[in-house]
Amino acid sequence: MKKKIIYALIVAALSISLFGCGNQKIDPNKLTVLNYGKYIDPKVIKMFEKETGITVEYEEYESPEEMYAKYKAGSIDYDLACTSDYMVQKLINEKEVLPIDYSNVPLVSNLNTDILKYAQSYDKGNKYSIPYFYGTVGILYNKTKVNTADVNSWNILFDKKYSGKIIMENSVRDTFVVPLKKLGFSINTTSKKQLNQALDILVKQKPLVYAYLVDETGDEMAAGNASLALCYSGEAGYAESLSKDLAFSVPKEGSDMWIDAWFMPKTCIHKANAEKFMNFLCREDIAALNFDYVYYATPNTAVYNSLDEKTRNNTTIFPSKEVLDNCEIFHSINEDMTNYYTELWESLKSY
Amino acid sequence: MVKRSAERLYLILIFLFLYFPIFVLMGLSFNNSKSRVIWNGFTLNWYKKLFQNETIMSAFSTTMTITFLSATIATILGTAAAIGISAMKKRNRTIMLGATNIPLLNADIVTGISLMLLFVRFTKLGLSTVLIAHITFNIPYVILNVLPKLNSVSNITYEAALDLGANPVHAFFKVVWPDIKSGIFSGFLMAVTMSLDDFSITYFTKGAGVNTLSTMIYTEMRKGIKPEMYSLSSLLFIIALILLLMINFRSDKKSKSLSRQ
Repeated sequence: MKKKIIYALIVAALSISLFGCGNQKIDPNKLTVLNYGKYIDPKVIKMFEKETGITVEYEEYESPEEMYAKYKAGSIDYDLACTSDYMVQKLINEKEVLPIDYSNVPLVSNLNTDILKYAQSYDKGNKYSIPYFYGTVGILYNKTKVNTADVNSWNILFDKKYSGKIIMENSVRDTFVVPLKKLGFSINTTSKKQLNQALDILVKQKPLVYAYLVDETGDEMAAGNASLALCYSGEAGYAESLSKDLAFSVPKEGSDMWIDAWFMPKTCIHKANAEKFMNFLCREDIAALNFDYVYYATPNTAVYNSLDEKTRNNTTIFPSKEVLDNCEIFHSINEDMTNYYTELWESLKSY
Repeated sequence: MVKRSAERLYLILIFLFLYFPIFVLMGLSFNNSKSRVIWNGFTLNWYKKLFQNETIMSAFSTTMTITFLSATIATILGTAAAIGISAMKKRNRTIMLGATNIPLLNADIVTGISLMLLFVRFTKLGLSTVLIAHITFNIPYVILNVLPKLNSVSNITYEAALDLGANPVHAFFKVVWPDIKSGIFSGFLMAVTMSLDDFSITYFTKGAGVNTLSTMIYTEMRKGIKPEMYSLSSLLFIIALILLLMINFRSDKKSKSLSRQ
């Protein structure tokens, strides 16, 4: 279903570029925003509209690939969008992103400079995007069922003791993080030899795997159906709130760090409004609302400092600097590599 | 005896497949936890939260507006079209029916994209484009329901009414309407369900910020569907069930009184 929609949008994109768009009047008091589903406190949009008199048309999507297709379809002119690191990079490479005029976004000073530094990995000089939330990928485990001394290494996911109790991610690049890091390779490797080695490891692991899941991981773990899971830190935070037995660890071999960021695509016709909105999102009270609603790590230092100690020390939500330094951020990959990954994934799934 | 119990078992299985998922959903709507697999005690909290959740409520009201407006307009247009088609000669009639049936058989996704392409050429996508799209795919369902009724009505009574001095509108409502009423009503109901159900066409023709329940749920998949949705779905199911029972009771009574006459 998802794939069908994405393909259909691509077809639409081609046809629209053939026929061209009709002329439309521009209303200066508007802002069209595209964001992940449930990724902002609805109150924030209301407050922004009230304070500025700008009407926000707020649109949501489900996956970065869908976002890309939706944007490329061109049926709606988006002024501002939020998506994940590698997709931001892909759009920057395609020259689809407008640079931000930081004199209109002074509150960016609230953001953690370390995170901005990490963000340079997909946006050199932070010219085009502003981080919104970040996190890691690691192991969510059940303290009562696994040897907690072993969770600091990816090797535990290959331990026969936990056969049938391991959940992996049902997405190719996330799952390949595990064998690549275990072998000491980069998660952005373009060496097919390294990827083949990684595949061999995953094939051997497959009999131990309970299921390849996406958003059900937290629920399954909380219900005790599995003891170990490859999991996003955000999802892990949610799972920990369901069950006291669960904890999260980012293995010492390193992992993937993700950053979701705001950027203005080339279709932006309300640049001033978009920058006003980004500035608004960086404001302490607004970022705090969004943090409470989404509950992923916020790069906003002002918000972080105002949190109670317990939340600040929750390493599931806020990974330490050492952990982050040990992580890599996904880079966008070219079509050839995408196809290769798809091939590997299919051979793993059909094994 | 064995055959009979096998028949029973088969029937029970079928009903289980049809209704068990809905009962699970209803059960979860009373679960005092966000999780889908942990039972944390009974609560009505999600029902309370449902009515306070502005995102869901606004998507719900958009859905209702689109559904009822498009179904009503499609019913009027479709009935008029059906009357026209039934008065045509056989050859034209086949052509017209074929033309109106194609949107029924066409894949939703194709209808959706082609409508979107047409709309962006002339206007901005928004609520009105969704409404037009829904009217478009609803009309064939109405025609399909009204036409058989019209065919079973003979033209003689209508002509007699005209002879006796009624104008066409008056004659239609006095003579034809009572006979095709049930067809129009079922066409309307069918349009309502189709419109309520639709995802693909809405997805492609909606503008930014316009959300129906189905498109809203789709974007929520990544972070998990909120339990408020379970309670809303349960309420919708119960309303549909009550409506169905009411309709069945009414037609039951009617057929009984008819058979007595």
